[in-house]
Parts: sequence; structure tokens; C-alpha cells
Amino acid sequence: MQSVRIIPCLDVDQGRVVKGVNFINIRDAGDPVELAKIYDQAGADEIVFLDITASSDGRSTMIDVVENTAKEVFIPLTVGGGVRSVEDARKLLRAGADKVSINTAAIERPELVSEISAEFGAQCVVVAIDARRCDTSSNVLNKEGVYAWEVFTHGGREPTGIGAIDWAKRASELGAGELLVTSMDRDGTAQGYDIELLQEMSQNVAIPLIASGGVGSIDHLIEGAISGKADALLAATIFHFGIISIAEVKKALKENGVSVRPLQDDH
Amino acid sequence: MIGVLDYGIGNLASAYKALVKVGGDAKLIASSESLDGFDGLVLPGVGAFGSCVNAIREVGFDKLIMSAVEKEIPFLGICIGMQVLFENSQEDPLAEGLGLFKGSIEKITGDVKLPQMQWNELDFEKGRTSELLKGIGAQPWVYFVHSYAAVPDTNRDLDLKVVATCQYGNEVVAMVEKNQIYGVQFHPEKSGKVGLKLLSNFVELCEANS
Repeated sequence: MQSVRIIPCLDVDQGRVVKGVNFINIRDAGDPVELAKIYDQAGADEIVFLDITASSDGRSTMIDVVENTAKEVFIPLTVGGGVRSVEDARKLLRAGADKVSINTAAIERPELVSEISAEFGAQCVVVAIDARRCDTSSNVLNKEGVYAWEVFTHGGREPTGIGAIDWAKRASELGAGELLVTSMDRDGTAQGYDIELLQEMSQNVAIPLIASGGVGSIDHLIEGAISGKADALLAATIFHFGIISIAEVKKALKENGVSVRPLQDDH
Repeated sequence: MIGVLDYGIGNLASAYKALVKVGGDAKLIASSESLDGFDGLVLPGVGAFGSCVNAIREVGFDKLIMSAVEKEIPFLGICIGMQVLFENSQEDPLAEGLGLFKGSIEKITGDVKLPQMQWNELDFEKGRTSELLKGIGAQPWVYFVHSYAAVPDTNRDLDLKVVATCQYGNEVVAMVEKNQIYGVQFHPEKSGKVGLKLLSNFVELCEANS
């Protein structure tokens, strides 16, 4: 059966977990290894670490954090932020990451997606897309060359002039195994995922889709799975600040007919 | 000691670290050395069938695996590491598998996204038990990442048994075994407590063999 994964995302800056609101206000929330362990025990299906500043100032990602996490946490681990070459990917995978997420570097040099995919397999390449609704009266995709969402890079600061749906299709063709789609408009707002964005994405690409940006309640997660047709639901703040537990999310999804992996203690 | 075959592909660290976590005396093997001192072998794998099987032959691991099988040393193939034990794969029709198991690897069918990249529930074949499943309850959930799956030819290979399957599009083979050779399509090293228990059972099996 097809099941939906619940993924807490830990934004990491210099080895510490932080979470920005709209990527600006950064608040310390703990040790990534400990938090990953807690989420594993709480029933998370996967963990994502994003090195939020790496892409902006060229700092290399946190091999040590990955090494230490991989000794303690035995569910899939995705690491993103500052992956710019096959060598960067190799270091993270050897340290114990299962997938690497690429964002800015893939836009700058799309062949990077193919290179990592050819070297390690498509299953370990996640292309992260930060999408923002265009300031246009027309939200119709590709109507007269206008796109509804634009891709932003460098932690959401730089516009690219590239349409998000077009880029998703291209990334999929280049060998991405999965897409992590963040709505810049919704991120940090607690107003829910951008469902239209998810719908457009799932209609246009065949690879698994991770929904991200904007979760403020359990209903938002249910909406992402059912209306947005996302294969995985990513959230940060609501989990980090204990607003909703993973157990509550899974219970609610199940009650709404969405298949999820039961908590390990249920066995 | 349990050897984890390192042929330069994929994420070997995870399988190695998980074996260490469950108390296994694991060691990465990067070249075709002697099997002296090894009570078990693990062949992890991600990536494509052809490149994996070529890399395995390049390092000379095909011979090492054959000799482990002859010596009846417990052997565990994970994901592509299980698939390469079959004869061939639709993924790379020209590449020749190791042929320890009769049958082929075919693309997953049905109206489902590929790869299957998710947790799924195992269904155990009726009346079939495995040493690797000791202490694991009915219908455990494990983590899969694959687009191709094994189609064992148990008519030609009477000792080969399908232990577990999962539903994805159609029925997908998740676990096979033949004597002391075990193959799992899912990733026990990424399947939380259930996966660690399976690996711990494998470690026990190896220790009993030493």
C-alpha cells in the first residue's frame, strides 16, 4: 500500500538546531543528534537536516553531526544545504546520510543532479525547490509564458526567473529521486501548505513529493496528504515546539483514511 | 566477525553502523581478502543493478561470495545487494547477476509512483518462518527504496523460499532465503527497531556459526 511519511525538519546552524520564521528570526532549539533520536522514538518516518546558512556563505555542511546521528538513528536521514559537488554528496553519504538535498547549486548547474544521480543512484537525490507565488494577476500556469510560482535560491533570497513547475519537471528528468517543495509564501506563517502548488507539482511530476512550508495544525497535514497528494509531509515549528506530536498526526491521518506507518510501540 | 562488503557504491556506512549498534563485530571489507575469521557477510547496496554487479566483479567479491556460500557462512544481501544474487534484471538486461538465486528482477507494475520510497507493511508467507524474524511481531513496517523487485523462480530453485512480501501496485517480494543465504529488498539498517532486531538476529546467527 502507499503510505505517507511524516518528516520533522531540523534547520541546523553551526551544529545547533534553529528554526527561522520566514528564514529570518533564528531561535536556538537544541542538539541535532538528540533531537533526531527523540523524533525517531516519537515515530518520525524520516529526518531532514538543512544547513540553513551553508548555501549563503559557502560554509561546508556538518559531517560530524551526520556521523554522530547515523550512529544513533536508524531511519532515513536527508541532509541539505551547501551541497555543490559530487564530492560534497559523497562525504555526506559516507558519513551516514541516505539522501542529499540540493537547491541553489542545482539551479546554478543542473547537471549536478544528473552527476549525483549517476554516481549514487536517483534514490539519494532530493531536489529542494523554494517556490514563491508570482506577483501577477494571472495564476495560470504557463499562460502566455507567465508562471504562477518562481524558484528562489540562497535560502529564499534570490529570485531566479525560473518557473517552479518547469524546474520540477526538469529536475525529475535530470534524475532527482524526490522533490522537497517549500512554499516561501507559507513558510513560517502557520497558515497551511500551499495546496495549489502541491497539486500542480503532483500533476506534473511522477517522483515522490515532500510538502513543506506553512504547517500550523493537524488539518494542514491532512490537507497536504489528501488534497495536495503529497507523499511525505514535512514540518518543523509545530513539532519543535510541541504544538502537535507525531503520534497525534499519525492518528489523525489514519482516521482520515491516509495510510501511515504505526508507532513502533504499537508492535 | 561480520564482513560488510565495500565495493565503492552507495551508503555502506548505514549497514555497518547498524550492525555495530546491535553488538555485531563488523568490519568493512574493501578488497577480496581471505574469509578467515569471518562468520558472516553482508552485501549492502543502492544504485543500479548493472553498475553494482560490475563493481562487485571488479573487486573480486563474486568469488568471495561464492566461497562464503560454499563454506555455509551466513550471508545477507540488502536491496540491490539482494537483487544481484539473482540471474538478471530488466534494469540492465545485458548485465549478468551472480545467479545464486534462480529468477530475475523486474520493474514494479501497477498504478504507483516509482521508486517505492516509503515504509510498507510486510506480509509473511503462510507457515513460513525465518531465523531473521525471531521476536518480530506480525506485519511489521519497514523502509523500502526501489523501482525493481525480485521474481524468484522457485520451480527451478527448490530451496529458494519467499519469506515475506508487501503490497505496492501488486505483490512485491520483500524477503527471500535459501539455506543460509538471506535477501531483503527493504533496508533493515533504516527500518528503526524492527530493522535493528532483524540485524541482531543475523548477528546471532553468525555468532552461532563461529
